[in-house]
Amino acid sequence: METKKMTCLECPRGCQLEINVDTLEVTGNTCPRGEAFAKAEITNPLRVLTTTVRINSKTEVMLPVRTQTGMPKAKMFDAMEVIKGVRVNAPIFVGDVVVSDLCGTGVDLIATKNVRE
Amino acid sequence: MYDLIVIGGGPAGLAAAYSAWENGLRKILILERDRELGGILNQCIHNGFGVKTFGEALSGPEYASRFEDMVASTEIEAKTDTMVLDISPDRTVHAINPKDGYVSFQAKSVILAMGCRERTRGAISIPGTRPSGVFSAGTAQRYMNIDGFMVGKRVVILGSGDIGLIMARRLTLEGAKVLACVEVMPHSSGLRANIARCLNDFDIPLMLSHTVTDIHGDKRITGVTVSAVDDHMVPIPGTEQEFECDTLLLSVGLVPENELTKSAGIDLDPRTRGAVVYENRETTMDGVFACGNVLHVHDLVDFVSEEATFAGKAAAEYVLNGDKGENYYSVKTSGGVTYTVPQRIHKGLGEEKINLYLRVNRTLPKAEIVVKRDGEELARFRKTHLAPGEMQSVVFTGDLLETAGSSDEIEVALEV
Repeated sequence: METKKMTCLECPRGCQLEINVDTLEVTGNTCPRGEAFAKAEITNPLRVLTTTVRINSKTEVMLPVRTQTGMPKAKMFDAMEVIKGVRVNAPIFVGDVVVSDLCGTGVDLIATKNVRE
Repeated sequence: MYDLIVIGGGPAGLAAAYSAWENGLRKILILERDRELGGILNQCIHNGFGVKTFGEALSGPEYASRFEDMVASTEIEAKTDTMVLDISPDRTVHAINPKDGYVSFQAKSVILAMGCRERTRGAISIPGTRPSGVFSAGTAQRYMNIDGFMVGKRVVILGSGDIGLIMARRLTLEGAKVLACVEVMPHSSGLRANIARCLNDFDIPLMLSHTVTDIHGDKRITGVTVSAVDDHMVPIPGTEQEFECDTLLLSVGLVPENELTKSAGIDLDPRTRGAVVYENRETTMDGVFACGNVLHVHDLVDFVSEEATFAGKAAAEYVLNGDKGENYYSVKTSGGVTYTVPQRIHKGLGEEKINLYLRVNRTLPKAEIVVKRDGEELARFRKTHLAPGEMQSVVFTGDLLETAGSSDEIEVALEV
């Protein structure tokens, strides 16, 4: 029986999780999100990617962005290559899609700051 | 005459001003030194803010925008680019900005929400030359996330505070090589989740019980010497390792920014380096309150917002109903509790809830926090996963303190 240990990343609490790789039984979690996290972590680990893109604006140089949900961890550097070439225009608002379906992951990259002009 | 002036427009100031508005104050002014509201959240583009407050994980600017929207829905005034110089005992606030020049405002109450500042190379006395390329982690964060400049390509990070960990990931994603995160203590002061997703995810080594003992380079830094340290944090000769790097980031702690508080003559607590406050976050100066990182350094912005909400409500009560008086219990700590906020609790609070924040001096899988008066136990709170880097909070009502003993001192103790 093989088990894997990990720190849950769902919230700042950081529960120490352990998952049985055969039965997918999770221990150490204090909420259901921890169980889902541990299962994803041994099949397809997901991370929210946060970075910045250039913006044409009177007030800002950079616009902070993030993936709407977790994206495959293995594709983060591919995503950074795509994001490097992106430039947007103000106005743009929190939640606006900056890149849709980032690297074929089905996950959108969204703005996380309001830049009005 | 303002009902309330809030000094600082970051997460603490925004939440405090909004809470004061919600509790009935109408003439409120926020004074902010930066060009925009939101404070340090503007450069904290990473995710994870707001899990407690909003039930979802937001980026820093996103979290700030929620509070900015709340404030914008009221008639709260804000002046940006405005630096406060002094607070007089009659609560006159003196400030300067490029548009108005020197200005002064009178207020019935003041909330201090100036936040904190990073410790620098000077504060930890690293030997070596003084080349460029040595940044505090937060300065590097600002250059990268707000100004759009890459700070370096081969990086060593000294200190494993959360900002350092976050910057290790940020630099790696932007193409830099982070060689190591070096921590003098035998444990990291950062959140466990950040060690996992910022270091482990990218195979960045965390060197515990190590420190930087020399900095090399003439114009730009060319490398650092890293040494192991003994139990007393003294470098061990013969353990030196050389790292070739063009950048050294320092993530070696935060200090509340209390210059204004000090010059106003408000009592400070040497443990927190913030003001001594009552349970409603009122300082020792009449009608002046404090909240957020200027009061004590918090781990999570959600707790900053929570504390600011208490301070905002208390300022409103002060203006509308008057002072709570001078009768109070002093809160003492023992058995591994390093500090509490508040340090004083007003007497006669009845059923009013008291939110007491505290830190412990070591890592413990579980322990109990006990509130006592004259050695008699008044309340006991079970806690799990305690660590110096993770603030604990307990809540009880004022009348609990009247249930035993006769002393003016309340003791908060850690029992394992």
